[in-house]
Amino acid sequence: MASDAINYYRNNFLKEVEANVEEGAWVKMCMQCGVCAGSCPLGNAWEHTPQKIFMMIRAGKRDEVLSSDAMWMCTSCYNCIARCPRELPITHIMHGLANYAHRLGLAPKNQPTRKFATMFWNNLTKKGRVNELKLGIALYFMNGLVNGIKVAIKAMPLGMSMMKTKRLSPMEILGGHGIKDTSGFHAILKKAREIEDAKMKKFD
Amino acid sequence: MAKKEYSFYPGCSSQKAASGSNYQTSVETMCDVLDIQLNTIPDWNCCAASIGYAEGGELPRLALSARNMALSEQASPGQDIVATCAACWLATRETKERLNADEELMKETNEALAAGGLTVKADQNVRHMAEVLIEDFGFDELGKHVKKPLEGIKIAGYVGCQTNRPFGIDGESFENPKYLDKLVETMGAEPVENYDKKVSCCGGALAFSEPEKSQALIKDIIEAAYDGGADMIVTPCPVCQLNVEAYQNDINAKYKTKFNMPVVYYSTLMSVAYGKDRKQSGLDGQIITPKQLEEIAK
Repeated sequence: MASDAINYYRNNFLKEVEANVEEGAWVKMCMQCGVCAGSCPLGNAWEHTPQKIFMMIRAGKRDEVLSSDAMWMCTSCYNCIARCPRELPITHIMHGLANYAHRLGLAPKNQPTRKFATMFWNNLTKKGRVNELKLGIALYFMNGLVNGIKVAIKAMPLGMSMMKTKRLSPMEILGGHGIKDTSGFHAILKKAREIEDAKMKKFD
Repeated sequence: MAKKEYSFYPGCSSQKAASGSNYQTSVETMCDVLDIQLNTIPDWNCCAASIGYAEGGELPRLALSARNMALSEQASPGQDIVATCAACWLATRETKERLNADEELMKETNEALAAGGLTVKADQNVRHMAEVLIEDFGFDELGKHVKKPLEGIKIAGYVGCQTNRPFGIDGESFENPKYLDKLVETMGAEPVENYDKKVSCCGGALAFSEPEKSQALIKDIIEAAYDGGADMIVTPCPVCQLNVEAYQNDINAKYKTKFNMPVVYYSTLMSVAYGKDRKQSGLDGQIITPKQLEEIAK
């Protein structure tokens, strides 16, 4: 399935991106002005800026793009979208590329935002709403038990003041907030995933 | 003014004992004064914010917001959907616009929703509470309810990212929006002129996954407020509020700064100016106490 799609487009990464990446059809419209690169709050942390990523896609640099941790630096501030003279939805393209690399298993394995994003999705889809306590705990222990204890101890004063101000509840560990119709909710997400996966298949 | 009703999407952080529960408290107080009725969307779910994309992808992510819109269409047809959280607003409005612009996506989304017995038209306006205040009420009307003007307090209006981009508040520029400053003035306080970090990013969700990089951004946001002589920062976004208030100890430890800058919601300012007490205004949810507001709310 996914691997067949790769084979089909092996020699044309732009076409692969246009077909399989959210808002990927916009990539060809980039005119290489660099406003996105200059507008990014974490611009200095990007291995390749969005401007460069667009050109790399067009140059067929598939592995370099998909295995890069660049897109994972997106804070979703939408500065690039607001300023792009060609009106490319750059934020969404970066999210789309990150998601595509993640689905193909090509994204950097220990990339912290990749891990956090997965934890966030799993947390929210379980009961339909985010459980902030469980998300926080999962975050602390993201890099293993020993490191997690260190991080958790460091974060303890903040946790205590969040509890003192009633903005965090230890009771959330027992289940916490959620929606009523979880079965309908899960059925919707399952179906949406099936449709999305099927769309990737049609390029076999 | 006659009572106004909206379909309300409160979002995860607004829930009891969640990180933005103090925002919700002050919003309820503010709406009570302004005679706004918020009809909460029954059984609303999380929107995945702007971090769910990596695992969620496109259609499952859009389906989350579509489910909320479908439930809103059933419960409060014809009413505008109003969100108080910037990420909730953005995700829902983005979904509405994407579905309306793309027939195939609308069809696929409804196919997914049908699995849960729902259907969506995406025909309701999706608005941020700040839009409602400014467009449906206006500064003059908002000012009429002020009982205790916030005199002598200097406030930096931190609009942040997602309340401002890509949709923004009607008629305001992305680079230099003025509505928060005008609101500060309307409540009797003094806005920091030319607050240069007003639309800079706090790191958003990356404050959790990339704390060092994000805290460097947050440091600049707080520093610029001090440079402008601010007593406190005000923001319309629960992520901005949490990020800018909560990590000041960490930032002080790393950068040898002595930050102790309160960060409040616009609805907290309004509740205090409207004569409400500490608890009704959500001041008991502040990690860093805005002493001048506490004095007025006494």
